[in-house]
Amino acid sequence: MAPSLMILGVFVAFPTFQSFWYSLHDWTIGAAEQPWVGWGNYRHIAADPRFWGALLHTVEITAVSVVFIVVIGMLLATALSGEGIGSRAIRSIFFFPTVVSLTAVGLAFRFLLDPDIGLASGLAQGLGLQPIRLLSSTQWALPTIIAVSVWKSVGFAMIVLVAGIKGIPRELYEAARIDGAGSVAITRYVTIPALRPTTMFVTLMLTIQSLQIFDLVYVMTAGGPLFSTDTLVTKLIRDGFVQFKAGEAAAISWVLLLLIAIVTAIQLRYFRYNDAD
Amino acid sequence: MLATSRWTFLSIGLVLALVPFIWTVGASFRPESDLFGHPERLVPTEWTLHGYRQIWEQLPFFRLVLNTILFAGVTTTLTVVFDSMCAYALARLTFRGRTLCFWLVLATLMVPFQTTLIPVFEELYHLGWLNTYQGLIVPRATSAFGIFLFRQFFMSVPRELDEAARIDGAGHFRIYSRIILPLSKPAIATVALLNFTALWNDLLWPLVVSSSPEKRTLPAGLALFAGTHVTDHAVLMAGAVISLLPIALAFFMAQRYFVAGISTAGLK
Repeated sequence: MAPSLMILGVFVAFPTFQSFWYSLHDWTIGAAEQPWVGWGNYRHIAADPRFWGALLHTVEITAVSVVFIVVIGMLLATALSGEGIGSRAIRSIFFFPTVVSLTAVGLAFRFLLDPDIGLASGLAQGLGLQPIRLLSSTQWALPTIIAVSVWKSVGFAMIVLVAGIKGIPRELYEAARIDGAGSVAITRYVTIPALRPTTMFVTLMLTIQSLQIFDLVYVMTAGGPLFSTDTLVTKLIRDGFVQFKAGEAAAISWVLLLLIAIVTAIQLRYFRYNDAD
Repeated sequence: MLATSRWTFLSIGLVLALVPFIWTVGASFRPESDLFGHPERLVPTEWTLHGYRQIWEQLPFFRLVLNTILFAGVTTTLTVVFDSMCAYALARLTFRGRTLCFWLVLATLMVPFQTTLIPVFEELYHLGWLNTYQGLIVPRATSAFGIFLFRQFFMSVPRELDEAARIDGAGHFRIYSRIILPLSKPAIATVALLNFTALWNDLLWPLVVSSSPEKRTLPAGLALFAGTHVTDHAVLMAGAVISLLPIALAFFMAQRYFVAGISTAGLK
């Protein structure tokens, strides 16, 4: 047990408080003097339109993608909850994008959407349309990243929801069928209500994941064009490791921590409430 | 009617899920001229191994692959050993501060990795561990989620087993290594696969810790390469395909452990 606790203590628990300490200083990594600035870093980022841009994009990506992922994941899960070979095989195809690297996915989509050599523009030409420069357009880059993020995580939602559907007692379905409910009514009045805790869990997990979005953005647009896809974590990395403003980066990292703490608190509250039910 | 719309929906979904992979694999075998000429095709009209040959010359590719195997392999092994030991103590021993330790583990589960990134970077800087293998590996060599998953699993192993062993004179290490671990193969497989996949695919951590190409992993190497000279699509597509291969193989061979891990997380 000692090695685990040491690693968690030295590399997770202690640095969490340290990063808050940094956020109160004009911190430069490795410097001899770290002047105290109090809430200065927080005031500074609050006055920085790029910080608000990054926060807004993060919230936009999260809100829009999570809704799409949960709805599509639910449709897939209800269509594929069977135990037949067919259902299982199709489920693994949908689940596969979840396990592969975001770097590779990001690279693949970057070329797939390339206006000169990409499949997307090939199809657009086939339909007689002008190819759109999706990733170099300030208007389209963010929706494109959201779409790829949905593509990547739909399988995750589906798999957890299928596990949830399997946990629903058979009797509920039999009772509904005896009462003459059709398959739409069964989904509406049995599956969806019984899945509420699972749906809630998937939603919160995806929200926590999505607030931390980095890989896709870094590989596909690096936050550009003109910061239109910049997120909290891409800004944090740029401030901390490119511009060496560790204090400000630490302040951003605490904003992220607070956002995630809020989501986690909702999660704990919800499940405690549900257990008490 | 309902069945038809169900199949229409699933077929569209399948096309959307599969086409990006098929196109990427195809593109990695296509010369530039073929892509420019027929961007709408999924299957190459002209085949070439140019991308796969060039990647060895334009990137220290062998090194990147080796580093990724080392980073993901060694870190996963250590994580499984450390996490299961810690979980054994939390599930089977009674000692002062056990509840506190368990809460510490749960609390670290909630801290986003990016919050600790800058202080950990500075710790590694002072240790002289930046751009080294130990710097890459040690801070990631345990996971709160793994401890949690092992603990849940160990709680379900009957206590009579270790009591019988203790009567036979076995100490805790013997009980852990000879009784609990051999019974925990599904938990080991799940933790190992989830961690290996996450580490193999990880971009942010290797990007921050490693600064020289000699210490980079595949995702970090590819991302930086893509950022600097995006001239040759085939090279990058070949790199992406090679980085996907081991995970794809692991996935299709051991799917139930991936699903088990994610569902355990999902159903508490």
